[in-house]
Amino acid sequence: MILIKKPVDTRPSEITPLPVYKKRREFIKTGLGLLATAGISPAVLATASAGYGGRKLDYSRMTEYSSKEELTDYKDITEYNNFYEFGTDKYSPAKRAKTLQTSPWSVKFSGHCEKPGSLQLEDILKPHALQERIYRLRCVEGWSMVIPWIGFPLADLLKRFQPTSQAKYVEFVTLKDAKQMPGQKSGVLDWPYVEGLRIDEAMNPLSLMAVGLYGEVLPNQNGAPLRLVVPWKYGFKSIKSIVEIRFVDKQPVSSWMRTAPSEYGFYSNVNPLVDHPRWSQKRERRIGEFFKIKTRMYNGYADEVAHLYSGMDLRKNF
Amino acid sequence: MRITKQSFSLQPMFRSRLSKPALFMLCLMPLGNLVWGVIQDQLGANPIEVFTRSSGEWALRFLLVTLAITPLRHLTGLPVLLRFRRMLGLFAFFYALVHLVSYLWLDQFFDWGEILLDIYKRPFITVGMTAFLLLIPLAATSTNRMVKRLGPNWRRLHRLIYVLVPLAVLHFFWLVKADLRTPLIYGLILSVLLGFRLYRRFFRSTDVGRSRPVV
Ligand code: HEM
Repeated sequence: MILIKKPVDTRPSEITPLPVYKKRREFIKTGLGLLATAGISPAVLATASAGYGGRKLDYSRMTEYSSKEELTDYKDITEYNNFYEFGTDKYSPAKRAKTLQTSPWSVKFSGHCEKPGSLQLEDILKPHALQERIYRLRCVEGWSMVIPWIGFPLADLLKRFQPTSQAKYVEFVTLKDAKQMPGQKSGVLDWPYVEGLRIDEAMNPLSLMAVGLYGEVLPNQNGAPLRLVVPWKYGFKSIKSIVEIRFVDKQPVSSWMRTAPSEYGFYSNVNPLVDHPRWSQKRERRIGEFFKIKTRMYNGYADEVAHLYSGMDLRKNF
Repeated sequence: MRITKQSFSLQPMFRSRLSKPALFMLCLMPLGNLVWGVIQDQLGANPIEVFTRSSGEWALRFLLVTLAITPLRHLTGLPVLLRFRRMLGLFAFFYALVHLVSYLWLDQFFDWGEILLDIYKRPFITVGMTAFLLLIPLAATSTNRMVKRLGPNWRRLHRLIYVLVPLAVLHFFWLVKADLRTPLIYGLILSVLLGFRLYRRFFRSTDVGRSRPVV
């Protein structure tokens, strides 16, 4: 894979302004004109710039696939999460995900491949150079973020196990352990959480295995220690805390398809022209901004992925 | 089933001239809290979502509290509770209005085409809008003058509440993604409140004092 262009070794802190609470303050001003609260105390700035609390990662910047939009605040990315394993409220995962044990962690690779097996996280990561990629994330609920992920191409990982010609799809499975993931005590979804990609989607250079964000190891609520990021699909496709990856010949049934087959399809590509049965997908609220913005086809990644779906009826294959 | 002894001691408190202003202030607190949260930037990553949801949930809560007055009055033998029902009902309307405006403005930015499409296409919006529209005549006929003018029709008109609150609960059911627990709890409370009325109607037909507005 010669996807990795010359990496430039810069930390995101050098290239992006400090993402403190600044943006939301501005937002309040826009929205309500409440000038009284406009001041940002220097003390707040100082604590926020001291780092985010996670372990630092070594990585290079990957500009080719990176968005140049303003990053969403670290605080928002890490406190506003859909991770039903820790509760269905978006603020619960940040409060409750401490119980997740991410070390030791192993992932089982199975199905139609030449070299199946279980690998410890360290061995999974060893051969891969980490890159930073700034991707848009569009949630099916109508909000979005811009997130500087740290990870490596999914394709590079999958190729190590030498999938055979029968590997038409890749199925991903999240950890199932109600002790670590208390949300699994409820029957809201069928546990464990399952997602899937067509093999060519999985091999697309945009598909990322992420281990960090904002230069540091992933916080638990963001899917530590290893998660998928497929930025042209609705957020729920980017499965978190992966423990198993299977090469299969039939289209996997994802957890959301199982729960509401008329609302969530296998592809779930971001598409402003195909509404969710219960709400419109034309626009989105970028977290931290006041006005909504137009949602773009394939979340703005049409150049990279549109060819994967040429000739397909996107209304049927939603 | 009456708790007359205790209720006697509560009577003076509910009769006090201060009780209504006190309740008024109490009813404004959820809004105060929300506004304070916005000003202090304490509503998290998506304050608009919190605002819309919270105002909707408070509208529903006030509707249920309003519906709870009659059963409470019978259980406690405190007819004085009826003094507060109108205010509670009007607060339900007020929070529903805040909720609606928050949707029209912060969610749709007054894009009327989109809004009409939403009302037409999305069952949860259709039902919410219906509930709100039904609430308007109730709020509009809440003055003493209207009560007098409408006479027995006032009570007939205000039976709309028995249609509107179930619609509001349905609105909640239809908008959640997968976790039905919260709407279920509201549905359960609503069933108890309506069940109480059915019970009285069919098993205690010698009714004492039907719900009449207390001015
Ligand atoms: C009596 C009238 C109404 C009541 C009692 C009511 C109640 C509620 C409740 C309880 C919620 C859920 C809050 C939560 O998730 O915690 C909600 C959400 C919502 N309501 Fe209403 N509602 C009413 C009318 C309306 C109307 C007229 C509209 C729009 C035309 C509307 C639009 C919405 C929307 C868009 C949401 C979802 C907000 C979100 O998920 O961000 N509602 N409402």
